[in-house]
Amino acid sequence: MKEYSYFPGCSQLSSAEEYGISAQEVSEALGFRLKALPDWNCCGASSAHMTNHLLSLALPGRNLVLARQEGRDLVVICAACYHNLKSAQMELLSDEAAAHRVEEIVGSDPRFEGRIVTLLDVLAEELGLDDMEGRVKSKLEGLRPVSYYGCLMARPRGIMEDDDPDNPAFMDRLLSVLGAEVKNWSYKTDCCGGSLSLTRPDIVASLVNRLFEAAEEAGANCMVTACPMCLANLEMRQSEKRLRYSLKHDMPVFFFTELMGLALGLEDVEDWFGRHLIDPRPLLAQAGLTR
Amino acid sequence: MINSLCSSLEKEVEERSGEKVRLCYQCGKCSNGCLFNFAMDILPHQVMKLVQYGQKERLLRSHTIWLCAACETCTARCPNDIDVARVMDTLRQMALEEGVKPSERIIPLFHRCFLGNIKVTGRISEPILMGSYKTLSGDLFTDMELALEMLKKGKIKLLPSVIKNRRELRRIFKETRP
Repeated sequence: MKEYSYFPGCSQLSSAEEYGISAQEVSEALGFRLKALPDWNCCGASSAHMTNHLLSLALPGRNLVLARQEGRDLVVICAACYHNLKSAQMELLSDEAAAHRVEEIVGSDPRFEGRIVTLLDVLAEELGLDDMEGRVKSKLEGLRPVSYYGCLMARPRGIMEDDDPDNPAFMDRLLSVLGAEVKNWSYKTDCCGGSLSLTRPDIVASLVNRLFEAAEEAGANCMVTACPMCLANLEMRQSEKRLRYSLKHDMPVFFFTELMGLALGLEDVEDWFGRHLIDPRPLLAQAGLTR
Repeated sequence: MINSLCSSLEKEVEERSGEKVRLCYQCGKCSNGCLFNFAMDILPHQVMKLVQYGQKERLLRSHTIWLCAACETCTARCPNDIDVARVMDTLRQMALEEGVKPSERIIPLFHRCFLGNIKVTGRISEPILMGSYKTLSGDLFTDMELALEMLKKGKIKLLPSVIKNRRELRRIFKETRP
């Protein structure tokens, strides 16, 4: 079985545990394994790159040392971690002075030359969509998702491979292959305000509600994302009571890996769905997708 | 508002960010696409102009530098390939280093708490992060109900996940102190 190094990211330890688990289980079902980097540390998120540039190289730098020692391509499922690790890698590979400074700090050469990819990249390369179609056990008919990539996965400084930074399409095609009726909309990469979720919930409320309004207008009955920050933010800031906002939404939000698991007929999917703040199970029951 | 002119600002920002701010010709694509423009006091294209004009004080005291969420829509769309989001990072860092009182008090405070959490355990732990942030910001009760619900759903873990090599972690924070 082909192995990739894997960077889980902090949210997979808590708020987005179901993303990490579903990503690993889906990968194994499709014939490759994600092996977590030993003793990985937080990438520093927005807080590092916004306030201290050298720290925003050194925190990912330590992880890049680990990835270099493992010697495999690195899969990062969290959009924010992906962005930070890939930005740091680009700078360390192109700026020798920066690479030397980080080497002094973390004690080993951080110039990881393997590829850093998202799980969507891997799916596109390892499988292709035709192969995927043949593996679908239960078609996701009745689900009408809009795909929401979030900002950081699609355009980490314009470096995500093989997709349009303003109008990415791979996740849309993937969900169609799984049998869902994917709705088109113009908000795929609009930021949800995740990094201000705790400090300026007023701003975030208006962004999140704008997204749900647009999704409803597009005829969707759920949203699908590839970013744990987005999912947390969308679920947390959606309901009227929390927002004191005029509209009430109760639209479920899924990780794309969860819907893959459902379509592939994996066993643990019910556990994942039970962890959501907005319970998606009524929608799944209505669509006849509950076992 | 009359501001003192800082003639070296453009050069300083360009050197620190690696971005050619002088190439900005005010097309306004960054400001039009910005999801946070409605809350900003200075729009992103105006930030670029004010850097060219050496208006350091106005920039470092602005709400804008803290409200920018670094989503990089501006960066993706700039016709002159200026990484506008990176310039925002540089301005935030300069504001902190120069001890400018931030217009958005609790946003930099949140970043400090976030990095403080990483420094101790190497990974983010919601109880540690929220504990320090809630205490320091004085905003104790917002989102309490939400936190309880997340705890119930297993979305917040009480015990932190701590990395083994904390010596390396301490060194990273010591060596990168600005």
